[in-house]
Amino acid sequence: MSLGLALLAILIVALAAGWLGFARAVRFRAATRLHSLPSYHGAYAALWAAIPALLLIAVWVPLQSRMVDQAVLASPEGRALPADAMQRDSILSEASDIASGKIEQGFIPQSASLAPRIRSENERFGLIGGAAGILIALAAGLWAMRRTGPAFRARTGVERWVMIVLFAASLIAILTTLGILLSLMFESLRFFRMYPAQDFFFGLQWSPQMAIRADQAGSSGAFGSIPLLWGTFFIGAIIAMIVAVPLGLMSAIYLTQYAPARVRSWLKPILEILAGVPTVVYGYFAALTVAPIVRDFGLSLGITSASSESALAAGSVMGIMIIPFVSSMADDSIAAVPQAMRDGSLAMGATKSETIRKVLLPAALPGVMGGVLLAISRAIGETMIVVMAAGLAANLTLNPFQSVTTVTTQIVGLLTGEQEFDSPKTLAAFALGLALFAITLLLNLIALHIVRRYREQYE
Amino acid sequence: MSAAKRGASRWTDAAMTRRVRRRYLFERIFRGTGLLAISLSVAFLAFLLWNMGSKGISGFSQYEAALPIDFTKSDLFLDPATIKGPDARTTVAGADLSTAIANAAGAAYGPAADQMFSDAAVDRLTDAIVANPSMLTGSTTLWLPVGSKVDVAAKRDGDPAAEKLVGELQQKQALRRTFNTHFLTGADATDPSAVGVWGALKGSFYTILVTILLAFPIGVLASVYLEEFAPRNRWTDMIEVSINNLAAVPSIIFGLLGLAVFLDVMNLPRSAPLVGGLTLALMTFPVIVIAGRNAIKTVPPSIRDAALGVGASKMQVTFHHVLPLALPGILTGTIIGVARALGETAPLLMIGMRAFVAAPPHGIADPATVLPVQIFLWSDEVDRGFIEKTSAAIIVLLLFMLLMNGLAIYLRNRFERRW
Repeated sequence: MSLGLALLAILIVALAAGWLGFARAVRFRAATRLHSLPSYHGAYAALWAAIPALLLIAVWVPLQSRMVDQAVLASPEGRALPADAMQRDSILSEASDIASGKIEQGFIPQSASLAPRIRSENERFGLIGGAAGILIALAAGLWAMRRTGPAFRARTGVERWVMIVLFAASLIAILTTLGILLSLMFESLRFFRMYPAQDFFFGLQWSPQMAIRADQAGSSGAFGSIPLLWGTFFIGAIIAMIVAVPLGLMSAIYLTQYAPARVRSWLKPILEILAGVPTVVYGYFAALTVAPIVRDFGLSLGITSASSESALAAGSVMGIMIIPFVSSMADDSIAAVPQAMRDGSLAMGATKSETIRKVLLPAALPGVMGGVLLAISRAIGETMIVVMAAGLAANLTLNPFQSVTTVTTQIVGLLTGEQEFDSPKTLAAFALGLALFAITLLLNLIALHIVRRYREQYE
Repeated sequence: MSAAKRGASRWTDAAMTRRVRRRYLFERIFRGTGLLAISLSVAFLAFLLWNMGSKGISGFSQYEAALPIDFTKSDLFLDPATIKGPDARTTVAGADLSTAIANAAGAAYGPAADQMFSDAAVDRLTDAIVANPSMLTGSTTLWLPVGSKVDVAAKRDGDPAAEKLVGELQQKQALRRTFNTHFLTGADATDPSAVGVWGALKGSFYTILVTILLAFPIGVLASVYLEEFAPRNRWTDMIEVSINNLAAVPSIIFGLLGLAVFLDVMNLPRSAPLVGGLTLALMTFPVIVIAGRNAIKTVPPSIRDAALGVGASKMQVTFHHVLPLALPGILTGTIIGVARALGETAPLLMIGMRAFVAAPPHGIADPATVLPVQIFLWSDEVDRGFIEKTSAAIIVLLLFMLLMNGLAIYLRNRFERRW
């Protein structure tokens, strides 16, 4: 019996328990007043029948695959397998693919003989798990249904279950954060066991190409992250912000202070479209249209090293993408300045622009700064634009017409293509991911701190 | 301080008028700068859209050439009588149609033309034969889609040989432009004139389906818990901090998480919409929670008090009154979050959804690719025919984004209440 069938059976048991509980409650209601509505009695029985059994199945599924593997290895066919763990695992995974019908035939002959054994073990453990689940569903459902009575507080019981479900849903956030932290840290630690951490954090050389043979030149691979961090910073925090901050800030000032209401109601959504365009579109735009223009411009300036994968092309397009973000942050912080300050300045005879420059902007500055920091954190985590428009050459350069590479570009580069999970190349991607996560987290925390701290002054 | 040093103090003074004029000039300049900034931003957007549109619109059309083909002379070993029933396509596909097409093209337009048709032409010919097997006994003229080289040459500048061929074809009136329905119904292929977005669209659909089914209910429940029930304690603080942080985590990190957890620990199938949807659900979840909390916050306390007053329990107040009133706001936030997930590329690259998939997926466990990743893959191709296809796929993607955002705006205007 497969677990899918067991799931179906559990659901049927739950529905039946629910229906019986409901019917019992209705019969009681004919005689006396009930504490809870009959539907709550039904729901109570159904929830008790379903949830513990489903939890059991959820725990059983990962256990089952492990137990099947062990049982198969202990069987006569399994003991005949080669002792080498890697070879054995590949035969096992192929055999289980055959057993589940995913593939019809394997490349390794042993897997075909192993498949029936896996199928039968799977069935055996599936039967055990499924039967246990159904039994629990029956027992719990029966017990819950028997409790139905005039004085029984079924509604409170149901609400307790709902509360547990609500809490479990919000726990997903913590689980995800933990998952990110643990997986990044775990893989990074494995990387640092192969490659010294100080060389990763302070090394100036990045060339992850590992040679196939040990005697080839540069076979060790160098994983110094400084050039990547510089490239990321150069594109995301310098070039993109040179484009985005003035344009975003001035747009926000014009929209909030000058534009008539009708123009504003048109322009703001249009600006928001800029934020909704998928990044892969920006990347294509940058690589196909902006990059050649930038290169030709660089060549016409006499910069012979101008690359078609320049930092300027990727950075400026990223800046355009960030404009609406900066604009809406600036908009918020300008709107948070009390009206009285503006009125006071205007009443003293200051022009609008003088009010904005001398009163509104200084008051809104912390908010704007926080917004810019958040924008930087978003820009350095941005992937597709730099993957498509920035290069893979790790240069430590100040020349915006040259090619630089970024952390995200390298993560994509390292993890696509040939994949073996234990090579330093793939593990380096997780170390880079950890660095990226830490940097963006830090930027966000600082930004939130600034915004919160200074906004309170006016409230 | 002397009067001279203080400068003009009367409005009629020459110095004062000059100063006022300067101040007003500056005011105009400042205002102009603002207008310039917003116009530049809008101009960028217009340029981007125009650029994609002008490049991509030709991707929706396809040149076809007339091919006189004499089946009696071709070496096709096909018996019209055997071509029927469900196996008809396989039977026809077993024959060497591409050689037959090449020979016929060479015979009709000279030896330079024998490679002018693509795989798409083979497909079309197969369909034609299956539909009408009796044509195999005679000769006929068919309109078949030309290969990428000729297509590019016909639309704009291609290589000289192809340009010459196009000139000849046009002289014989054997070339026509048609709407490329295959682009909307086909999947990925190696020849740009045979590619389609349907496979990627279907992959996107399955992926987003998984995302919505997971992220929406869990997100709504979590926001209800945090806004209505959560006690002020350390657990709640931790949950709130992690949600706010997750909303700002770069999307590629979620890809790394998906790779490490879903693929390596849980052994889920690679390149499948299931894993893509799971990863995107984790990414969309905080967005939905934040939108949900804001929407629940706007429901006035008087509603809760009234319901509590007539004897509803806290749970009933929440699920019977607060949640239905907050739902339009939650939906708006959800659609915006899902639209973002629909356009997301980087995390899906991490979990292997960049494989070449030539057939549309049939379920959430099949290997698939999604529209943004398809765009990324095509943008990497060298063949010039892929430029217009990439831009055309971008047009399709942008239309979907526009549709979803439009739906969100409609919902907001139609159902959202101001209290």
